[in-house]
Amino acid sequence: MEHVKTLNTKNLKESAHKGGCGECQASCQSACKTSCTVANQKCERK
Amino acid sequence: MIHQYYLNGYYIVLDVNSGAVHVVDKLCYELLENITPPMGETCPQELLDAFGAEYSKEEIEKAYGELYSLYKQETLFSTDDYEQYAGRMQNSPIKAMCLHVAHDCNLRCSYCFASTGDFGAGRKIMPIEIGKKAIDFLIEKSEGRHNLELDFFGGEPLMNFPLVKEVVEYARAKEKEYDKNFRFTITTNGMLLNDEIIDFINKEMSNVVLSIDGRPEVNDRLRVRADKTGSYSAVMPKFQKLVAQRSKDKDYYARGTFTKYNLDFANDVIHLYEQGFDQLSVEPVVSDPSCPWAITEEDYPAIFAEYERLSKEMIRREKEGGAFNFFHFMIDLNQGPCAIKRLRGCGCGNEYVAITPDGDIYPCHQFVGQEEWKMGSIVDGSFDYAMKDKFSKANVYTKPACRECWAKFYCSGGCNANNAQYEGDILKSNTFSCELEKKRLECAIMIQAALAE
Repeated sequence: MEHVKTLNTKNLKESAHKGGCGECQASCQSACKTSCTVANQKCERK
Repeated sequence: MIHQYYLNGYYIVLDVNSGAVHVVDKLCYELLENITPPMGETCPQELLDAFGAEYSKEEIEKAYGELYSLYKQETLFSTDDYEQYAGRMQNSPIKAMCLHVAHDCNLRCSYCFASTGDFGAGRKIMPIEIGKKAIDFLIEKSEGRHNLELDFFGGEPLMNFPLVKEVVEYARAKEKEYDKNFRFTITTNGMLLNDEIIDFINKEMSNVVLSIDGRPEVNDRLRVRADKTGSYSAVMPKFQKLVAQRSKDKDYYARGTFTKYNLDFANDVIHLYEQGFDQLSVEPVVSDPSCPWAITEEDYPAIFAEYERLSKEMIRREKEGGAFNFFHFMIDLNQGPCAIKRLRGCGCGNEYVAITPDGDIYPCHQFVGQEEWKMGSIVDGSFDYAMKDKFSKANVYTKPACRECWAKFYCSGGCNANNAQYEGDILKSNTFSCELEKKRLECAIMIQAALAE
């Protein structure tokens, strides 16, 4: 493509079907403790 | 739903439901401002007319064609299919715990959300029996979950270091029997760190959060001892020693709070980096709006500009060497959490709880001390399953403002405690938190765009 560059190769929808194992870190346990951010957590299954 | 924005020279389009991030040119960006799905295969005449003066027909049709191919691939204007999953993890096992081992502190930080350590309920140290019961409670309530998280929190948890050691030993002894993997973390102000404690933390804690606000004058204005003297010079060498000796496969964060007094907080991030820390988190203060250091709406423009400045600085350093990690700009566009996790958010009150020195259970550390949010007690075995159920249903589809928000799969509904504190309802999003989160997210994605060049 000349007009568009897509940064990611995976579609979030693919993760819905096999996701939800619950083994990943609770977001507030990482650093914040005051402001929730979830998208910066790691997936345990990768 | 898409979100398009221009930042630092990049035209960025986020397709919310697929998570696709497209960096486009100006023509595509302007076309998208005028396209409402569903898209047809042929470029509408209105677009050719609207942009014909600036671009050739061929250019417009080619750009439109590229957008249409994204649309067909379902990475542009993709549909929201997730609501069916929203209830899937309701009433989860409890797998994470914030253990308040000391409701006491050896600092008197002015902005402390825990009322300088005691959460407004008197200074208390957790007895070891409560610490062990908390482990038993977590093992029992975690059911089939393997990875369990326990954060030693306070007040200042090192004021009860003997308990920290004994609880870790107690939990480790149970890991094999119950097929659990404990991940310990500790959040400390550093005042009581010594060689023995540093060794212990670096051996046992998968993550350590080191509380320091940045430049000496910034830190010492609010992070003070009882005699009002600052803490910077006492803790900085200890933090540096801890990090220097820490294994690279374990996490840490130098974690600061910014307030109205240091809206130029990027300088504090950079200061911490220059002192030898490369895992950094500096976050907005949570406090009553009447406090002089509280961040208020008039501060938004300065904070937004500062996030932009910090993101540009990070890009420059990444390209020139000397990169550091800023917690709120961390984003992995390919390997982030699954969509289910993103729907449900922080999990407080459902898969995450806080335990006080008396053994009382709260949905998270931020609710501690607010009697109406008490969920039960690990001493008498009481537990409010109705409240757990209420929290389990807090997701981006039950929070009205989140349903229509482009950032919903990144902040995942925000902080329930902030919502309760500022809006009186865990399901009612706090606008201030939302605006900051959206700005941080725009910067985080822009950094990815810049680094992909």
